[in-house]
Amino acid sequence: MGELFAEILRWFTTGEHWSGPDGVPAQVGTHLVYSVVATVIAALIALPIGLLIGHTGRGAFLAINLSGFGRALPSFGVVILAFQLSGLSLVPIYLALVLLAVPVMVTNTYAGMAAVDHDVRDAARGVGLTGWQVLWQVEVPLAFPLILAGVRIATIQVVATATIAAYLGFGGLGRYVFDGLAQRDLAQALAGAVLLAVVAIALDQALRALQKPLTPRGLRRSNR
Amino acid sequence: MISFDAVNKRFDDGTTAVHELDLEVPEGEITVLVGSSGCGKTTTLRMVNRMLDATSGVIRIDGRDVREIAGSTLRRDIGYVIQQSGLFPHRTVADNIATVPKLLGWDKKRVRDRVEELMATVGLAADLGRRYPHQLSGGQQQRVGVARALAADPPILLMDEPFGAVDPVVRALLQDELLRLQAELRKTIVFVTHDIDEAVKLGDRIAVFRTGGHLVQFSTPAQLLTHPVDEFVADFLGAERGLKLLSLATLEDVPVRPTTTAREADESGGDEWVLVLSDQDTPLGWRSSSDRALIPAHGLSGGDSLLAGLDATVSSPTGLAVRVDAAGRYVGVSDQRAINESATRFRSEVLVP
Amino acid sequence: MKWSWIPDHAGDLVTITLLHLRMTGTAVFFGLLVALPLGLLAYRVPRLKSVVLGVSSLLFTIPSVALFTLLLPLTGLTPTTVVVGLTVYTLVVLVRNTVEGLESVPPKVAEAARAMGYDRVRTLVTVELPLALPVIMAGLRIATVMTISLVSVGLVIGQGALGQLFVDGFQRDFGVPIIAGIVITLLLALVADALLVGVQRVLTPWHRTGR
Ligand SMILES: Nc1ncnc2c1ncn2[C@@H]1O[C@H](COP(=O)(O)OP(=O)(O)OP(=O)(O)O)[C@@H](O)[C@H]1O
Ligand SMILES: [Mg+2]
Repeated sequence: MGELFAEILRWFTTGEHWSGPDGVPAQVGTHLVYSVVATVIAALIALPIGLLIGHTGRGAFLAINLSGFGRALPSFGVVILAFQLSGLSLVPIYLALVLLAVPVMVTNTYAGMAAVDHDVRDAARGVGLTGWQVLWQVEVPLAFPLILAGVRIATIQVVATATIAAYLGFGGLGRYVFDGLAQRDLAQALAGAVLLAVVAIALDQALRALQKPLTPRGLRRSNR
Repeated sequence: MISFDAVNKRFDDGTTAVHELDLEVPEGEITVLVGSSGCGKTTTLRMVNRMLDATSGVIRIDGRDVREIAGSTLRRDIGYVIQQSGLFPHRTVADNIATVPKLLGWDKKRVRDRVEELMATVGLAADLGRRYPHQLSGGQQQRVGVARALAADPPILLMDEPFGAVDPVVRALLQDELLRLQAELRKTIVFVTHDIDEAVKLGDRIAVFRTGGHLVQFSTPAQLLTHPVDEFVADFLGAERGLKLLSLATLEDVPVRPTTTAREADESGGDEWVLVLSDQDTPLGWRSSSDRALIPAHGLSGGDSLLAGLDATVSSPTGLAVRVDAAGRYVGVSDQRAINESATRFRSEVLVP
Repeated sequence: MKWSWIPDHAGDLVTITLLHLRMTGTAVFFGLLVALPLGLLAYRVPRLKSVVLGVSSLLFTIPSVALFTLLLPLTGLTPTTVVVGLTVYTLVVLVRNTVEGLESVPPKVAEAARAMGYDRVRTLVTVELPLALPVIMAGLRIATVMTISLVSVGLVIGQGALGQLFVDGFQRDFGVPIIAGIVITLLLALVADALLVGVQRVLTPWHRTGR
C-alpha cells in the first residue's frame, strides 16, 4: 500500500506528465472545454424550457419527471451509442452530454419557479406588473438559488460523463485512467482518478462559492 | 393540588422565564394563567409535567416533589393539550386517543370501549374514529386533542392555549363544552390563555403574569375585575371591566313578568309590539301591526349571564329580554331595570371582600 | 441492424440482468443499513450533522469512474468494487434524506408524544421515523434508480453487468446490444421505482386519504 502511494506520488512529480499535449494541464483544459461547452449549450436549452413551464404551469408533469428519466439513463451507454451511430466524431459525444445535462436543469428551474409563494406572485400582478415583469422581477430572482443548484449538479454530472470521451479515443482526464487500466499501470490509473476527483470537487466548490453572491440578498440564509 | 414554592426558571441563554413563583393550584378547579406574550405561562405549565425542570424551587403534586418521579411516568398521569393539538398525523383519530391507555398496557377491549366513550364525551361522531387528523376540521382536531389528554382519566389536565387556533364561534362552543365536562369530571386544570374573556369565562381562579415571569395577582375572576392590584392588571383587563363582571352573574334571580304574545298565524290588532311564539312556545321575535316584519328575539334561560340579558334589552325594540325555561319555552320577559338592580346587588356582594 | 441478436442471446441477457439487479440490491441494502443510523446520529447531534453532510456531499461529487478506480487497490477488478462504490453514493442520498425527513417532523407532534409519557426511543421509533418515512422513501427511490443506471459505469473495470453490453457493442461496432442495454436499464429503473412507490403507499396509509 505504501509502495503504491509512493508510486502515485512519483507519477505526480514526474516532470513530463505536466507538459506537452498529453500533460496534465492540457488534459484538464480539454476536459473542462468538453464539460463547459456541453453545459452551456444544455443550459441554453433547459433554462428557457424550465422557466416557461414554471411561469405558465403547463407541462409540470414533464418537468417533474424529466430528472428521474435523466437519472435512469445509463450515460455511458448513451454516449457510446451516439458515437457509434453517427460517425465516430466528437459531435455526437457533445450531443449526448447535452442530452444528459438538460433534464436536471429543467426540473430544478421548474422546482424553483413552483416554489415561489403564490401570494407573492399574486401581489406582483396586483400592483400591475405584466407577465414578463413578474417573470424577471419576481419569479426568476426568487427561483435563482434552485436554478443555480441545477446548473451546478448538471455541470458535475457532465464532468463525470465526459471521461467517456477518453474511452472512445479522445482526450480529457479519463485518458490516464483508461490508459493506466489498459497498460496495467495502476499508479497511472489512480493518479488519473485522483485528478478527476480533485477537478470535480474544485469545480463544485467554485460553483457553490458563486452561488452566494449571485443569490438575491433577502434570500441568503445558510448555504446548502 | 399542585403547589409552586419559590420556583425560578432561567434558560441557558440567560432569559428568566419564571421568577420566584409561589402558587397553589386548588384541586378540582380550573386555574387560568394569563399575561402578555412571553411572560412565562408556557414555561410554568411545562415545569409541572417536567417537560422542563425548574432552576430552583420546588413543585409538588399532592405534596410530592415532581422531581422524585421519572418524567415519563409522571406524564402518563397528566393530560396535556396544546394549540393545534399536536395530534399524530400518521395515526387514526381512534389510535390517537388510545395512545396513553395503550402505553399503560390496557387490554384491547377496554381501550376500544374507552375510545368510544371519550369520543361521545367530547362530542365527536363515532365514525370519525377511522379518519386521520388531517381529515378533520380545526375544531374537531381540538376535541380529539382533549379526548386524548383525558384518555387514561388523569387527575390533572394542562392546557396551553388549546383553543387559540379556532374561530371565535367554535372557540365559544369548545369553552362551553369544557365547562360542561368539568362540571362532571372535576379535574385539576391549569389553563393558559392570552384572552382575558376566556380566562374570566373558564377560570375558577386566575393568575395574571407580567413579563419576566412575575406573578402579579392570583384571585377569583370577580375579585380580579373589582379589585385589580395595580395599574398593570387594570390595563390588562381592558376598558369594559364592569361589563365583564356582568358576565359572571346569571339571570337566575332576575324577576320575570308577562307580556302580550301572539301565534305566528294571528293577525295582530293595535300598535303594540307583540312577542310571536311558535306552536312549541319558543319565542320567534317581535312584531308590530304597523310593520309586518319580524324582529328576531333569542330566548335567555336562567343560566345565561346578566351581560347577555343586558345585551338583549338593548337590542330589542321593546327594551325587554325574552326569558325561557331550560327546554327553551317562553316564560316571560325581564326589563332593563330589573337587570340593573340585579347587577347592582351582585356588584355590592363581590365588592365586599 | 440485426435485431435477431436479442432473441438469440435471451439467456445471456437474463443472466446479466439478474447480476445487474443483484449488484443494485446489495448496494442499496448496505447503503440503507449504514445511512439510517448515521442519519439518526446526525439528526440528534447537531455538531455531527454538518460533518456528516459535508463529507457525504464531497463523496457524492467524486465521479463514479474515479471512485471505482480509487477502490481498486482494496477490492481489485471485482463486482465488489462497483458495489462498494455504489453503496457510497446510495449512502449519501439516504443520509441526507433521513436527516431531512426527521427534521420535517413537526416539533409539536414529537413534543406531544413526550408529554404523554413516551421516552426518547419510543418517540423516535413510533412517531418520528414513521413521519420521516415519505422523505426517506423519496431518497430510496432516487438512490435505487441512480444505482441501476450507475452499475454500467463498472464497465471501466470490466464489471458493468448490463454495461458490458455497451463494451460489446462498441468493440464489435454493433448497435443492438447497446440499445438492448439502455432499454433494459430504463425498464429496470421504471419497475423498481413503481415498486417502491407501492411499498411507500402501503407503509404510509395516512397519506393515501384525501380530505
Ligand atoms: N428553550 C428556551 N430557551 C430560551 N428562552 C426561552 C425558551 N423557551 C422560552 N424562552 C423564553 O422564556 C420566556 C417565557 O416563555 P414562555 O414560552 O413561557 O412564554 P408564554 O407566556 O407562554 O408566551 P406566549 O403567550 O407567547 O406563548 C420568553 O422570553 C421566551 O423567549
Ligand atoms: Mg406559550
